Amino acid sequence: MDRRQLLALGGLAFPALGWAQSAASAAGRVLVLVELKGGNDGLNTVVPYAHPTYAQLRPSLALKADEVLRLDGALGLHPSLAPLIPMWEKRELVVLLGLGYPQPNLSHFRSIEIWDTASRATEYLDEGWVARAMSAGLRQSQRHTTEGVAIGSASLGALSGANAISLTNAEAYVNQARLLRPANAQGNAALEHVLRVESGVLQAADGLRGQAVTMATEFPPHTFGQAVRATCQIVAGQKGRGGVPVFHLTHGSFDTHRGQLGTHANLLKQLAEGLAALKAGLEQAGAWERTLVVTYSEFGRRARQNQSGGTDHGTAAPHFVLGGAVKGGTVIGTMPDLDRLDGSQNLVHTADFRQLYATIARRWWGVNPEPVVRGTFDLLPFLEV
Amino acid sequence: MSTTLPARLSSADARHLLGRTGFMPSPAEVSAWVGLAPADAVDRLLTGARRSTPRHAAPAFTREPIRTPYGRLPDEDARRAARQQARADIVSLAAWWLQEMRESPAPLAERMTLFWHNHFATSMQKVQQAQGMFVQHQLLRQHALGSFRELLHGVARDPAMLVYLDGAANRVEAPNENFAREVMELFTLGEGHYVEQDIREAARAFSGWTVNREEWTAQFRPRLHDNGEKTLLGRRGRFDAGAALDVMLDQAAAPAFIVGKLWREFVSPTPDAAAVEPIAQRFRSSGWRIDAAVRELLLSDAFWAPANRAVLVKSPVELAIGALRQFEIQLDSALPLVAVTSRQGQMLFDPPNVKGWPGYTAWITSTSLLDRKRFTERLFRALEAGDEGAMMNANASPMVRELMQEARARERRALRQARMEAPAGQSFGMRFDAESWLKPLGASPDREPDGAAREKLVEAVLSAPPVQPVPAGTVGLSYLRALSLDPVYQLK
Repeated sequence: MDRRQLLALGGLAFPALGWAQSAASAAGRVLVLVELKGGNDGLNTVVPYAHPTYAQLRPSLALKADEVLRLDGALGLHPSLAPLIPMWEKRELVVLLGLGYPQPNLSHFRSIEIWDTASRATEYLDEGWVARAMSAGLRQSQRHTTEGVAIGSASLGALSGANAISLTNAEAYVNQARLLRPANAQGNAALEHVLRVESGVLQAADGLRGQAVTMATEFPPHTFGQAVRATCQIVAGQKGRGGVPVFHLTHGSFDTHRGQLGTHANLLKQLAEGLAALKAGLEQAGAWERTLVVTYSEFGRRARQNQSGGTDHGTAAPHFVLGGAVKGGTVIGTMPDLDRLDGSQNLVHTADFRQLYATIARRWWGVNPEPVVRGTFDLLPFLEV
Repeated sequence: MSTTLPARLSSADARHLLGRTGFMPSPAEVSAWVGLAPADAVDRLLTGARRSTPRHAAPAFTREPIRTPYGRLPDEDARRAARQQARADIVSLAAWWLQEMRESPAPLAERMTLFWHNHFATSMQKVQQAQGMFVQHQLLRQHALGSFRELLHGVARDPAMLVYLDGAANRVEAPNENFAREVMELFTLGEGHYVEQDIREAARAFSGWTVNREEWTAQFRPRLHDNGEKTLLGRRGRFDAGAALDVMLDQAAAPAFIVGKLWREFVSPTPDAAAVEPIAQRFRSSGWRIDAAVRELLLSDAFWAPANRAVLVKSPVELAIGALRQFEIQLDSALPLVAVTSRQGQMLFDPPNVKGWPGYTAWITSTSLLDRKRFTERLFRALEAGDEGAMMNANASPMVRELMQEARARERRALRQARMEAPAGQSFGMRFDAESWLKPLGASPDREPDGAAREKLVEAVLSAPPVQPVPAGTVGLSYLRALSLDPVYQLK
């Protein structure tokens, strides 16, 4: 039986083969996860400027209708996000509304763990959702230099459990890896584990070694801009090598309990500058069309501002999806109802964050999303592919 | 059946015993235990640990009046200052504990306290009260080798635990199941030995406890307690918190659950059910004496079996403290170690969640492994750069200074990541007398060790033969550095 017949049969008996097929075209695709650490205030990021309750909830924090960058008659972006507007106009930017999950946890640590592991609020998982995508077929379908790189944070977050590494800059990492030497030993399970991790580090270092790529793109001098530079350099240096499929970047802290207005404006400005530089750098590397950029955060913030000109821990929030392959220039989903808050006076989510991950698994990587998000979730229509 | 228990401890046996029950021992420490019968050695360990008290006073903040809760402070500036203070406090508390681990003549006492900190994992992140974390620490220290029953009852009434698992918010009209669930799943029975209904009934039994945050005391308020009849794990009664805990301890699963966890701590990653069972029975019949269970485990065939040596992974704390103890390196302040261990995934008083640190192979990730290797590499590079064989001081050598600057920078980064402020004005002196460390092993700082010395060095540094041969021509301290970079160095 040849492959074509097998696939034909498989179409009936093994629907999973459909994913395997698209997995082939997923080769070389890059996912950049941008974590807005500390809980970004969604209401002042994608602003319901026309909603009367918005201004009532936020006497001093509400942005005025004439300040925001209008996306439509109801929503506008924070003015600091101006560098994103060209992408919106080129239809390379999607706004997802109301992402959250049932029984929201307001602890930074626990909530980001829920997002990173794509778990229910009541279950504790060790592996990140990206690691589960690797097991669900992404690992077999591609030959990765390393399965993920976290830049600027030791924590691997969603990459935990994958063959992933963290670094601040690739050269320093390659330099540190000199402490390791290849070994062909065998031993007990613990030693085998150490040896396996060592070989992963060496493999990653091998993939990252090589001529430093000089980027013509100018990267912002702030920490996030430099993390973007490291990302672009790795992607640019990896042409034709299998490469790194997932990057994890962090930006913030967005934990704006007090005096939010200036801090938030500055953080969003850096975010937008960084994302614009990411696009420029990846275009220069010829990789923008095969890159998907996604923001996320452990939660949004309380709808009503507090007594200190800030906002306390909240729940649902909007997020951005960017890239050369997105069906952009649109807002997807429903804004949480400002007049119907939950028991903790928080927004009620209108979309589950696992829909986002399921869409990435299925549409970006071509793997079965069910083991990745541990259930069935409706996909979100933000990708052409 | 032949036993794997040695009649008398060889130096390899002594190193195994001391490394597993404390931190990596120095050759001098090992020699004091060679030739003992295992039972005598274990009894000496336990007696020493039971009598052990901290060598240094805990940080001053632990003796100050209980801090005003954030919520009672007048404004956000005061709250921000209080949060910063709490972060600085917890870092100094962690440094104090690491210093105790470094210097204790009875490291088993520290290891057992750490074991219970991981078992009854409680995090500063939620408790937000460094003084309260110290109160809990003292409770764990006090009962570390005593009665598990008393320890469990104490933890259930510990304010930090009541805050951490929302026990303080559990009242008759608004039950909170958090503690009830975790006490069965993680503290006493393990999954599969209770049902959801047991959790609801136990939560009723635990209701009524609150925390007076001005005094940091637990208070029972009968009016908030559900006094009704409950059915818990097949028993009926008007259980209160204490009675509910005793019902849990009456389950056959309870002693085996605890002994199994001690087994994974001290013996191997895979408890042998047949060997656990009799130890569990004696653990219970001894009145839940933890020292009795530990004694049985340390005198079991499994503990001494060659197949179970070097099968466990050093935690970051064990790695750092082990290196300092093993090479008898003195450090004026343990503060940099807080940053080092925190970067490697183990910030004391801040376990990742109520399950504690997952441990074993989870300690070793690509990120943490590079950091672990860098730690010993930098340590030895710094030491090598100093005057050969001389007493070394942080101020003497640029390399040592560099290490310390690196440690400070790391610390600042770690503290920033944990949103903590570094206490100002600390200096970190580091001293290592290479000559007198190497000499008894037949080695010297400026010579390549001969065959016999090489064997002794390997035995002193690694718990199993190295995976990577040390290149010929490697001299003195570089030899030790090479051994510390061997994959086997991560194991105990």
